[in-house]
Amino acid sequence: MSGKNYLTVKYSLRSWFFTTDHKRVAILYFAGITLFFFIGGAAATMIRLELATPQGDLVSSDVYNRLFTMHGVIMVWFFLIPSIPATLGNFIVPLMIGARDLAFPRLNITSWYLFMAGGLTTLYAVFVGGIDTGWTFYTPFSTMYSNSHVVLAVTGVFIAGFSSILTGLNFIVTIHRLRAPGLTWYRLPLFLWSLYATSVILVLATPVLAMTLLLVALDRFAGIGIFDPARGGDPLLFQHLFWFYSHPAVYIMILPGMGVVSELVAVYSRKAVFGYKFVAWSAIAIAVVGFFVWGHHMFVSGQSVFAGLMFSFMSFVVAVPSAIKVFNWTATLHKGWVSFDAPMLYALAFIGLFTIGGLTGLFLACLAYDVYVTDTYFVVAHFHYIMVGGMVTAYFGGMHYWWPKITGRMYPEYWARAAAILIFFGFNMTFFPQFILGILGMPRRYHTYPPEFQVWHVMSSVGASVLAVAYLLPLFYLGWSLFFGRRAPANPWRATGLEWQTPSPPPEHNFEEPPVVTREPYHYTITGEAVPQNA
Amino acid sequence: MSTWIPLWLPGETDHARAVDLLFAGLLVSAFLVLALLFFLLLRFAIHYRAGNANADRDHRVKKSWTIETAWTVATFVAFLALFFWGAKLYLDLYAPPKGAAVVYIVAKQWMWKAQHLGGQREINELHVPVGRAVRLIMSSQDVIHSFFIPAFRIKHDVLPGTSEELWFRPRKAGVFQLFCAEYCGTDHSRMTGRIVVMQEPAFERWLSRQDVTGTLAAQGGKLFRQFGCSGCHGNSAAVRAPPLEGLYGKPVPLSDGRIEIADERYIRDSILQPRKDVAAGYQPLMPSFEGKISEDELVALVAYIKSLAVAENKP
Amino acid sequence: MPEAHPAFQFVDLRQQHDVAQLGMWVFLATEVLFFGGLILAYSAYRIGYPEGFAEAARHTKIVIGASNTAILLTSSFLVAWAVLIVRLREGRIAALLLWGAAALGVIFLVLKGVEYSEEYREHLIPGLNFALDGPNAGAIKLFFAFYFVATGLHAVHVAVGIVVLVVIGIRARQDAYSDRYHSPITVAGLYWHFVDIVWIFLFALIYLPGRAP
Repeated sequence: MSGKNYLTVKYSLRSWFFTTDHKRVAILYFAGITLFFFIGGAAATMIRLELATPQGDLVSSDVYNRLFTMHGVIMVWFFLIPSIPATLGNFIVPLMIGARDLAFPRLNITSWYLFMAGGLTTLYAVFVGGIDTGWTFYTPFSTMYSNSHVVLAVTGVFIAGFSSILTGLNFIVTIHRLRAPGLTWYRLPLFLWSLYATSVILVLATPVLAMTLLLVALDRFAGIGIFDPARGGDPLLFQHLFWFYSHPAVYIMILPGMGVVSELVAVYSRKAVFGYKFVAWSAIAIAVVGFFVWGHHMFVSGQSVFAGLMFSFMSFVVAVPSAIKVFNWTATLHKGWVSFDAPMLYALAFIGLFTIGGLTGLFLACLAYDVYVTDTYFVVAHFHYIMVGGMVTAYFGGMHYWWPKITGRMYPEYWARAAAILIFFGFNMTFFPQFILGILGMPRRYHTYPPEFQVWHVMSSVGASVLAVAYLLPLFYLGWSLFFGRRAPANPWRATGLEWQTPSPPPEHNFEEPPVVTREPYHYTITGEAVPQNA
Repeated sequence: MSTWIPLWLPGETDHARAVDLLFAGLLVSAFLVLALLFFLLLRFAIHYRAGNANADRDHRVKKSWTIETAWTVATFVAFLALFFWGAKLYLDLYAPPKGAAVVYIVAKQWMWKAQHLGGQREINELHVPVGRAVRLIMSSQDVIHSFFIPAFRIKHDVLPGTSEELWFRPRKAGVFQLFCAEYCGTDHSRMTGRIVVMQEPAFERWLSRQDVTGTLAAQGGKLFRQFGCSGCHGNSAAVRAPPLEGLYGKPVPLSDGRIEIADERYIRDSILQPRKDVAAGYQPLMPSFEGKISEDELVALVAYIKSLAVAENKP
Repeated sequence: MPEAHPAFQFVDLRQQHDVAQLGMWVFLATEVLFFGGLILAYSAYRIGYPEGFAEAARHTKIVIGASNTAILLTSSFLVAWAVLIVRLREGRIAALLLWGAAALGVIFLVLKGVEYSEEYREHLIPGLNFALDGPNAGAIKLFFAFYFVATGLHAVHVAVGIVVLVVIGIRARQDAYSDRYHSPITVAGLYWHFVDIVWIFLFALIYLPGRAP
């Protein structure tokens, strides 16, 4: 180890909270997001405990409604959306493209402050009494009928939206303009293609949400009735505007996960990703087509039949690029040298769970079947397979994979594998029963339910307790590794990306000397030896 | 109904059966894809594990265009088939058979109110005869609700400020669950009810046992005079307003050149927002009744105006 | 006069300039969608209530609106001029042009304030003192809700722009910009033109409906 790295270059609090170093901003984000993840998780635990019995015996309906709203709002806006882009993305993007930092380092730290301000505003709303509208803020319930702190919560989300926009803007400009010499678009690692597609959505969809929430707050504040039919407004207009953001937001959540998995599959198969260009462009295709499917949340809402047909068709279309990705990852394993390190276990789990989530998504895209299962537990199970089974699994995989680079320490492999396997089983135990509940017709957001559903709810709750323990494990062994873990070499996984061609942890400005890229990513010889991108 | 571990809820209408068949189709396609994928994933992962140095790794597949095109097209074609299948059944939901019995549903936090044409009212229950198509005309008094009968595989949101429709034809007698499926506040999970499907004679008996103050249309007729509608729309009215006799179901030419069919929603909208679709040849003089009339009264008024058409058609 | 250096993350000034330009364009794309959401909602209701919106638009002050359009267009012209001339090292003239544009921006806001106060007197502000009766009152209220949200947000953008123009003007006066280094003024110019373009759309949507003979 020669010289100082980004962690040891300065120690003062000031050097952290006023940093412009993308790596330190990533760590700050990591701290914030972890906090919100466990707060959202605590709400989920309460929900599962309450649903263990058909009667409402643990908390009252009003508390239950606040719990699932808080779970949704915090998990969506303060964990899932920023998770991979703001932590791993922030840390890895400049390293991967051989730059000294992001294009706008000061905007980057600003976005963290906005994120925290938004998060704390929302938490404040929770502590002074909560919000009971569901994370979707449907009108006129949210504007006229709810007696909870809607304006505060909406303000929090509004502020956090700007942090999303700034992160997206930063990534787009960085990937366009700051690539190392020789790093052409088709030499970009697939993680960057995914983040690029994600950023486009962040920049184009988030402002519409901001405007929509502004109108909701105003409606509530001044009683104008923009979305209230009693005053000439139209509640469906709210739904259109909301889902115009919130469906692409699903792709904001899953695309970075796909990018991480592309990296992991290549490294742990010692082989280039099969069909690189298809995987790359499918990310762009998802981002673009993803803007035209929002109405599939509204098949029973009273939108026109023609709109229903169009949105159903587009929803099938958007599933094609996802299928392409899954096929290509599988084909990547073919004739590779597959090893089962913890990150690869997460990657394999991702492929399996994401595929189940995606295929059940087809059930929901299919008009007549959606009419039956929309707003039931089938939907709940489906999007948890995508968000948690997909996104969170990929986040954990990526976090383990880049942990040595970020901290300079190796995590304990044995514990990491155990946690990965436990998460996989706990997850399926929690959410698979919910598919069956949905098929039986159990509506979502129910505080009490008919007793015949109890068996499946109990199974789900048992699974949730396993999952809760499994999610706590990494907190301990990763924390342990910070102090006692083996020191990490520069390139512990023998990977090809530029981020591995600099010491772990990297120096303050990333590279001792600027790298020059000479080849495609994922260049492994037939025997599985890595050839770095700049070699 | 309640076995210890319920796995399946039988579908009780023809539409439900068709949806179940669609479900089977979706399930089989999903299962085939999953089986193939998991098989390949496990097979590759295990056979080509790093520890197995003997696996044949020569002649790796390089040219990917044909493979990529093949699986992309195959996926798309399969999706297209599922799309058309689902769309076909969805369109059925919007085509209620002629002559379906009409029931008006008014949703409010947190109950379902039903009103039959004969004037019978019920709360959180809906009695219908077996084998006959029932058309629900639904509106909400406050927030958005959703009328959901799992056994019939149908659901539709019930919105404030406008009316939505749903229809079904039960094929056997029995009692079925009714849920509110759109989150609507504190007691959302208690906004449930029962659909009671009865044999025709039993249903007729049930209808006659209810305490009724005149048919729904008769109640509407009373309101028609109470709210002063008859002052302009009546036969001997001084102010010229479009006559309502024979209106229902007919095309109405509007002042801006469009033509609308006078269905329930049109009549309802014309009461609440009379200036939106003004009949051709008339002045936009009618005041809005928005906020001055309750959902229940509105339902009765619409039923009355509809009944004027029926009277007209029968010589 | 100090020679400009690129910030640490850039290789050279050229790259820094490209980054600044692209950054502003992406930001403007965000802004387009931000106002786009509002204009979409406006359009939906204008189609729903054509008469009400036409009647409401006749309550707006077209003279002030039209004057403000002319004022903003002129200020945009001054900014475009400044952006060109600063590259010829005419920092003093550029500064005057920028400050002139900022002054026009201030006049715009003052006129806007006059307009708001008249609307206050006519009881046209929803949520505060809206008191219009008649068959189209609901639609007119919706129109004015959109009017205040749209022009209010636009005014915030103008105010930010004024501050930016003044600061950039001071820097230009100090001869900070040259043919080699001028991205701040170019980027500020882009922003100001955008604010101008948004106004052109708002002008057409707010003042013109219902005024055609």
